[in-house]
Amino acid sequence: MHEQIAANKRKTVLLFVVAIAFTALIGYAIGFLFFQGGVVGVVLATILAVALSLGSYFAGDRIVLASTGAREVTAEQEPRLHNIVEGIAIAAGVPKPRVYVVPEQAPNAFATGRDPEHSSVAVTQGLLDIMNRVELEGVIGHEMSHVLDRDILVGTVVATVVGAAVLMSEFFTRSWFWSGGRMGGRREGGDGGGIIVLVLFAVGIVLLILAPLAGQLIKLSVSRNREYLADAEGVLLTRYPPGLISALEKIRDAPHAMRSANNATAHLWLEQPSRVPGQETSTMEKLFSTHPPIEERIQRLKEM
Amino acid sequence: MLGLWIVLGVVVLAVVWAVVAFNRLVTYRNRAEEGWSQIDVQLRRRYDLIPNLVETVQGYAAHEREVFEEVARARSAAIGATGAAEQASAENAITSGLRKLLAVAENYPDLKASANFLALQEELTGTESKIAYARQYYNEQVRLLNTRIQSFPSSAIANLFHFERREFFDIEDAARGPVRVDLGSTTPTES
Repeated sequence: MHEQIAANKRKTVLLFVVAIAFTALIGYAIGFLFFQGGVVGVVLATILAVALSLGSYFAGDRIVLASTGAREVTAEQEPRLHNIVEGIAIAAGVPKPRVYVVPEQAPNAFATGRDPEHSSVAVTQGLLDIMNRVELEGVIGHEMSHVLDRDILVGTVVATVVGAAVLMSEFFTRSWFWSGGRMGGRREGGDGGGIIVLVLFAVGIVLLILAPLAGQLIKLSVSRNREYLADAEGVLLTRYPPGLISALEKIRDAPHAMRSANNATAHLWLEQPSRVPGQETSTMEKLFSTHPPIEERIQRLKEM
Repeated sequence: MLGLWIVLGVVVLAVVWAVVAFNRLVTYRNRAEEGWSQIDVQLRRRYDLIPNLVETVQGYAAHEREVFEEVARARSAAIGATGAAEQASAENAITSGLRKLLAVAENYPDLKASANFLALQEELTGTESKIAYARQYYNEQVRLLNTRIQSFPSSAIANLFHFERREFFDIEDAARGPVRVDLGSTTPTES
């Protein structure tokens, strides 16, 4: 367990580097196209990326909790939930996270917080109402694994950093489009240099157009892989796969859809909030999903 | 000259390795101790719950004296127990005593419906599963520690600094598979 966590920490650092490099690259393209040279863009974009990373590092959990309308509950209000969260925290050897309930009928849950010392677990009222003890333990085990793997941190930071790059590129491609394609500088130059500039130019524009898509895909694939991992590790904590299997089945069969289905926080939940119950998912949808299909998750758990 | 450097390099590497190996052993030992104290906390919580629970059940079923005495006896035996093995068998006696107590409670609908009893039952179920989880964590850490102490080359460091292997804590060994001490808690779907 602890070894796995250490490996995950290293992966997290790598991911940060990739995310910031991605932003810097976009910054370079913007700088190159609009401000005489790429360096200004790289500096600006990197500063922005680092600032946003730090911001989401320290305040991400509060923002997420506030945006979902979660309220903290005491052990007296929800003794069963508190007991389960504490039990799973003991099994994982980490401090007990804070416990929140989201007033929402669709059964779902998420965890947030930058590290195990500053973590929170939130479940919806609908989940509390329909799950029995072992199922709830399965769900909390899954969420606790996200805490242990620092997936929350990764999710929040990747979302913010990639989001910023996407935002910048969209902003600049639009303003460029509306200004009739005028550029600052880079007009003159020798014949040989002209071609190189032109090629770089084309590359820059393609990069800017592809950036939102690439950013989104990075975010999604990170999210999907970590869901399987959290399922497996959650079961390692509870030592009881049928609990999580039956919880996922209940979620699959629940008639409610989330009211506050929000793209920015979609990847944080136990099951994708925007997914309409009982609907088939196409290949295209799979590529753009934050979560693997619930059937596949159930299948993998059954094979364990 | 080159030979001297090589020897020096090997010595430095060996020292660095020894320090790292020592520190890892300390980490594992501390985690095992932490795990043990967590088990202790949860066991104590259960000792504290027992008098309350007995009193509540007594209020409705005063004549079931045998069960009350059995639980009380098991409790004081467990509090006085020393060593992981003795502790474990004493705790098993408590668990079986509590099962009987709750089975008795089944016969008294008024008791089962009382808010006080329900709250105590939830506390007890919660504590039982926390004991199971604490034990799971402790045994995992002990396994890691013991493996480090026994396997070469870290065993050399372990012997030199007298790291000792720890006992596993086995409650309810008869129950293979998921260790889930379900004391018949009511789930919302059932109630």
